Amino acid sequence: MEDIIIIFLLSLLAITAIAIIFMRNMLSVIMLGSIYSLLSAVIFVVLDAVDVAFTEAAVGAGISSVLFLSAFAVTGKRQVLKQKNKLIAFVTVSLTAAALIYATSDMPYVGDPNAPVQTHVAARYIEQSGSEVGIPNMVTAVLASYRGFDTLGEVAVVFTAMIAVLLLLLRREEEELDREK
Amino acid sequence: MLSGLYNYWIAILLMAIGFYIVIAHSNLFTKMIGLNIFQTSVFILFISMGKVDGGTAPILSEAYTAYSNPLPHVLILTAIVVSVATTAVGLALIVSINRRYKTLDEHEIEQQELEQE
Repeated sequence: MEDIIIIFLLSLLAITAIAIIFMRNMLSVIMLGSIYSLLSAVIFVVLDAVDVAFTEAAVGAGISSVLFLSAFAVTGKRQVLKQKNKLIAFVTVSLTAAALIYATSDMPYVGDPNAPVQTHVAARYIEQSGSEVGIPNMVTAVLASYRGFDTLGEVAVVFTAMIAVLLLLLRREEEELDREK
Repeated sequence: MLSGLYNYWIAILLMAIGFYIVIAHSNLFTKMIGLNIFQTSVFILFISMGKVDGGTAPILSEAYTAYSNPLPHVLILTAIVVSVATTAVGLALIVSINRRYKTLDEHEIEQQELEQE
């Protein structure tokens, strides 16, 4: 039953993505992008990744869409959506996808409890994190304790991105001031 | 066993669609949406790897003994936040490009550059 739900949701996701290619209207592209994020959040719930699901729903579907819509409002509504070099792009993408699909042929099946990804460090997180860190949510335990430095790096990235955005958006005002002089 | 590798194939299809949009669409804005699709496909690949049959969400409870792998979830949590940060930088770049060239079409931008030289 769960398999059928996952296959149905993944197919919906693929249809949404294909629809984005053929859209001519920028607003519908943005809205379909938002639907795409929300659908992937639902898939994360079915795949047991609840923390990822609510982050994706809040950040991916929420904040991203707000960012896209505000950038769309600033850049103007008369965007022309054109595609060029369709054939070259299609061939490149098909070759890449074919190579990757060939590579999946020796991957362990989804849900296999004996797959290499399940048998190394994950077992320790599941068995020990309750007594070592003392909170029931393993994802939080790994994020904030075992891999705290990763999270510190993430904060550094977000901070750098914020500075970059501010610099890019404020630079224009200086140019305007120069022109007024 | 259709479902055994189905998740991976859809992740690859989505990656291909995102890649195609980045290459073929000439509007910078649509390219950003394509990048987002690409990123989400990687998220689905990782989360699919962490799934364990019969497992539940990785939150300790006395009622369950089998849990899905929490490690991919942590990695993807970090990736989602970073992806929004990079999207914000990309959109800021797009806004300043639009202010300078009055267009977001990469071919028109190229032409304007040639005319200036």
